[in-house]
Amino acid sequence: MKIVIASGKGGTGKTTVAVNLAFSLPECTLVDCDVEEPNCALFLPMNLERIEDVVTRTPKFDLTKCTYCGRCADFCQFHAIAVIKSKTLLFYENLCHGCGGCKLICPTGAISEGTRKIGEIHHGMTDNIDLFVGKIDVGEPMATPVIKKVKSIALKGSRKPRIFDSPPGVACPAIEAMRGADFCILVTEPTPFGLYDLKLAVGVTRRLRIPCGVVVNREGIGDDRIDRYCAIEKIPILMKIKESQEIAELYSNGIPFTKRLVGYRRLFLNLYKSIEELVPGSERTDKS
Amino acid sequence: MKEITIISGKGGTGKTTITAAFASLAKNSVMADCDVDAPDLHIILDPRIKQRLPFYGMKVALRDETKCTKCGECRKYCRFDAIDEHLNIVDEMCEGCGVCQYVCREKAIGLLDRISGSIIVSETRFGPFVHGELKIAEEASGKLVTLVKKKAREVAIEKGMDLIIIDGPPGIGCPAIAAISGSDLVLAVTEPTVSGAHDLARVLNLTDHFGIETVVCINKSSINPDNANKIREFCESQGLDVVGELPYDNCATKAMVAGMTLIEYTDCPISNEIRGMWTKIENRLKIGDRG
Repeated sequence: MKIVIASGKGGTGKTTVAVNLAFSLPECTLVDCDVEEPNCALFLPMNLERIEDVVTRTPKFDLTKCTYCGRCADFCQFHAIAVIKSKTLLFYENLCHGCGGCKLICPTGAISEGTRKIGEIHHGMTDNIDLFVGKIDVGEPMATPVIKKVKSIALKGSRKPRIFDSPPGVACPAIEAMRGADFCILVTEPTPFGLYDLKLAVGVTRRLRIPCGVVVNREGIGDDRIDRYCAIEKIPILMKIKESQEIAELYSNGIPFTKRLVGYRRLFLNLYKSIEELVPGSERTDKS
Repeated sequence: MKEITIISGKGGTGKTTITAAFASLAKNSVMADCDVDAPDLHIILDPRIKQRLPFYGMKVALRDETKCTKCGECRKYCRFDAIDEHLNIVDEMCEGCGVCQYVCREKAIGLLDRISGSIIVSETRFGPFVHGELKIAEEASGKLVTLVKKKAREVAIEKGMDLIIIDGPPGIGCPAIAAISGSDLVLAVTEPTVSGAHDLARVLNLTDHFGIETVVCINKSSINPDNANKIREFCESQGLDVVGELPYDNCATKAMVAGMTLIEYTDCPISNEIRGMWTKIENRLKIGDRG
């Protein structure tokens, strides 16, 4: 079973749900796909070990062969190369998507390819959790390759089920995290911002054809607009986590709240069971 | 003209709530929502839309089936897994690089502009407002951020405004980089939590990397006074000003549910704290004495 935890917006409690769900299960693999701000490890007592670098392909220019014809710059859709007639070639590596087109088009063979590091994959273990964390290097704009990498490494790990903590939003990184999941938990808050962003996230799950359910976090701070929306859209509300000073304090200290409020562990286990019922046959696909 | 961008490593720290409060305090400014993934500022600003411009994101490959001989070269060269085993182009994966078009011997593939969202220019009770809407599952949010900012600058010049207030995206990736570039000041909003401190450090690395002056606001500071102290000490050690500390206050949610800014929602004890923070920021930006 592959469950992704997403929300249109940040700060709704994705990591809280991911960590506490992982903590409540007998065993699982937890994958932190929020590579810009990976937070899962902050809540789990474990040593993280860097296991792999994430690299992307990047062109190398042999200026002794270059005739400054400018075809590479014309070809590049990402404006990563500029050629000035006065025999200057500028390469903006941050803009390069590594498509390899410049190398293909160069008539003099002046372009070869090397690699460039853009992030790291870390791994750690507790009694019941295998944690994989993707971390993008500061200043690097493209999160998607790091997410792809951490997912592929984590999927080789043996502990099932697998829980993916998604980055916020509905753009490239969130979609990469969600792709391939059997089920999507959407975490939201009962406020106007929460509802607006939930609608966007529901749109993504429908576009990717992933069944979804909602966890309402901080129940009690706003109103019942999430309940009304989910009723109309026939989206199951799987769990509600009450607004609580104690949960906020535990969170602020980096402690999964199920560690202290043990009654919630049963609720998270029930959450998992209800997802299993909603996704029949997911284990079979998992083994194939 | 000056630009201030409000960011936070993490979402949900209160960026939009603070931006909206600034909008009702600033006298001569354009607001821009650059959190194009989860744009929420419009919910409070209640904009009257004046103009909606199409946003062309990345291109997308399109194949002419009548010309295709299923040779599979396109799939061989595509590095983004955008051509599946049946040689269909998967739009969501396609980055529009044009390599498939180049390697296709039959000239069966073309590149199309795709409309990935819109840029919206509005009027609000606090002045002009520009925001972006990314269509669901579309990419290139960094590019949309750049265009929203560009439009906001045009509006500011046209209307003689002296400040742009930008609600930034969370994270430190492409959209965040696009949002802070060219800003005169960044306000980094953080929370006194373990993750808040961790993300603040990453955000400060980013603003440092791009050499942008940064000040800090600790939101919900009363949740964990010890952590708030640690963040304050950390900022002092880095030579950064903490321009505001807002205690946790459910007023922020109540104001949001009512569709008001914290300044308009008058019962709030934290409104004065926000006023104080705004005065400090105005002084930093040297715009305070003009309004």
